[in-house]
Amino acid sequence: MVWTNAIIQGLLTGGLYALLASGLSLIFGVMRIVNLSHGDFSILAAYGVVALAIHSNMWVGILVSLPVMAILGYLLQRTILNRSLSQGALAPLLVTFAFSIIIQNLLLQFFSADNKSIQTGRFASMSIHLLKNLQIGILPLVTFLMGIFVTLTLHVFLNYSRVGRALRASSDDPGAADLVGINNRHIYGIATAIGLFSAGIGGVLFGMRTQFAPSFGPIALIFAFEAVIIGGLGSLWGTLIGGIVLGIGQSIGAQIRPSYGVLAGHLVFIAILIFRPQGLMPKQKER
Amino acid sequence: MATYSVSRGTRLNKFLPVIFSAVVALLAFLPKFLQIPYQVKFVQAFILIILATMWNLLAGFGGLVSIGQQAFIGIGAYALVYFADIQGINPFLSLILAGLVCVVFALPLSFLVFRLSGGYFAIGTWVIAEIIKLFTVQISQLGGGSGISLGAFSGMGREMRIAAVYWSALVTIFLVLLSTILLMRSKVGLALTAIRDDQTAAGVLGVNVQQTRRLIFLLVSIGFGLAGGLIAMSNLRVQPDDIFSVNYSAIMIFMVVIGGLGSIEGPIIGAVAYYFLQDKLKDHGTLYLIILGVLGILIVTIAPRGLWGFISREKISLFATKYRISENKQKEGA
Repeated sequence: MVWTNAIIQGLLTGGLYALLASGLSLIFGVMRIVNLSHGDFSILAAYGVVALAIHSNMWVGILVSLPVMAILGYLLQRTILNRSLSQGALAPLLVTFAFSIIIQNLLLQFFSADNKSIQTGRFASMSIHLLKNLQIGILPLVTFLMGIFVTLTLHVFLNYSRVGRALRASSDDPGAADLVGINNRHIYGIATAIGLFSAGIGGVLFGMRTQFAPSFGPIALIFAFEAVIIGGLGSLWGTLIGGIVLGIGQSIGAQIRPSYGVLAGHLVFIAILIFRPQGLMPKQKER
Repeated sequence: MATYSVSRGTRLNKFLPVIFSAVVALLAFLPKFLQIPYQVKFVQAFILIILATMWNLLAGFGGLVSIGQQAFIGIGAYALVYFADIQGINPFLSLILAGLVCVVFALPLSFLVFRLSGGYFAIGTWVIAEIIKLFTVQISQLGGGSGISLGAFSGMGREMRIAAVYWSALVTIFLVLLSTILLMRSKVGLALTAIRDDQTAAGVLGVNVQQTRRLIFLLVSIGFGLAGGLIAMSNLRVQPDDIFSVNYSAIMIFMVVIGGLGSIEGPIIGAVAYYFLQDKLKDHGTLYLIILGVLGILIVTIAPRGLWGFISREKISLFATKYRISENKQKEGA
């Protein structure tokens, strides 16, 4: 029963990793940029909610801070990242790494290194009894469903909407996309806006579940990255599966010994890298 | 018709070995005249230059942007303490061993991380560094999570110890710079320069890109290991959270970017510039790292060739690693 419980908790945590990872995956898919500050933007959104909740309440905080993340993403892409894209492959990496350092230290400056959390009241401790010894928290369940919902939304958006089609066109061949009238720079801005919006959702749910500090961004980035690699590059559903596999790996490890949780997740990642470097669900060749 | 000749370096370069040796000789006598706090500062600067030079070799020439080289800094530091204290080997010999041990780790790890490319390579190396840290913390012989002190120098007086660390750092930086220059003048260096300029074209011209990169990954791991050993020697204590900190990567990236990526001179200038910046700004805590980040972004987007690119304008090369074509005017009448 302990093991079943560990697996179910891991599965639910997987939804959170998928949320943290889907934006990373999208931004890489469209621009071939790995956003090294992705985790820090997640944590930034969580802090945004904490700061706004002091003056009003959590829901207002979420409704304000998530759109702000999207706007911030669009502006950063149009001003700095697009510039760095033309400087070769190195520049975007260095710039996003610099973002990471700047965000972490700005958060330290304003919120100190103390742990914070998003107060959800009773919501955080509510749970459903499934069986005698098995109960599922409402918050982990909501997180998991949100992971599926965001992945599904992105899937529908990329495959069936006009802007989604333009995003895929820019990703496949920016030159040809330009020829048929797509403004790549604008499209890149939209990709980063969506990426940071989803990073924000992940960060807010993360902040409701556990305490966090400014230094948590890199950890969130590492988990997101492992989810992407385990699932397979360029596949949204793969990223969801990758997140779930990582979550289950971690919670089984933690069941063996609490300090082994993170390490077990890393070892799952290493095993995938050795035995199945293309990931569990590699992107299928289109048509 | 004009004829052309290909040469390496200019008249400046003929004097350079003399200047280089003179500077090293001068530095070797410094502990005689310099107060201890200044010797410590020199050691810190030497370590920064070694780190910047190694990271630049990896990323600037090899195109392997890693944010996980603190793995080897940590392995080097722990290896020094292990060999010197637990095995009782002479600390200076232990330093050499600390460098060499890193290759033993770097070889299998290279097969793992080389499966990833670009940005994912960068995070992959970082994860590896985290994993090595998590394993190190589990080893109680190495002090677990709280770290371990270096006791090998405990019989030595403070003055003698700091001078010894200073000379170790001086010998290390001399060897690291000399071997980097010689490497860049060799066939491997030519291949690396080609990879830096255009990876695909280098491959087409017969450069084995993957093999050259693996070689560089292994070679620089020695340098990072030596730097880690020196850090352990000068701090007398190794703590897992400090020595495996990703901040080392942030600092290395900053030094190389501000000095100029993909040249030998750039990282040295960048390291010196960083040293003075942090000396001035370190009291400001978080603000100091924010300034470093903003400066880094400005340089990458506005002046991607860094300080050295700005000074040299592609015309000066101190270490004569580049070939250049010059027109032979006097032969025109023949």
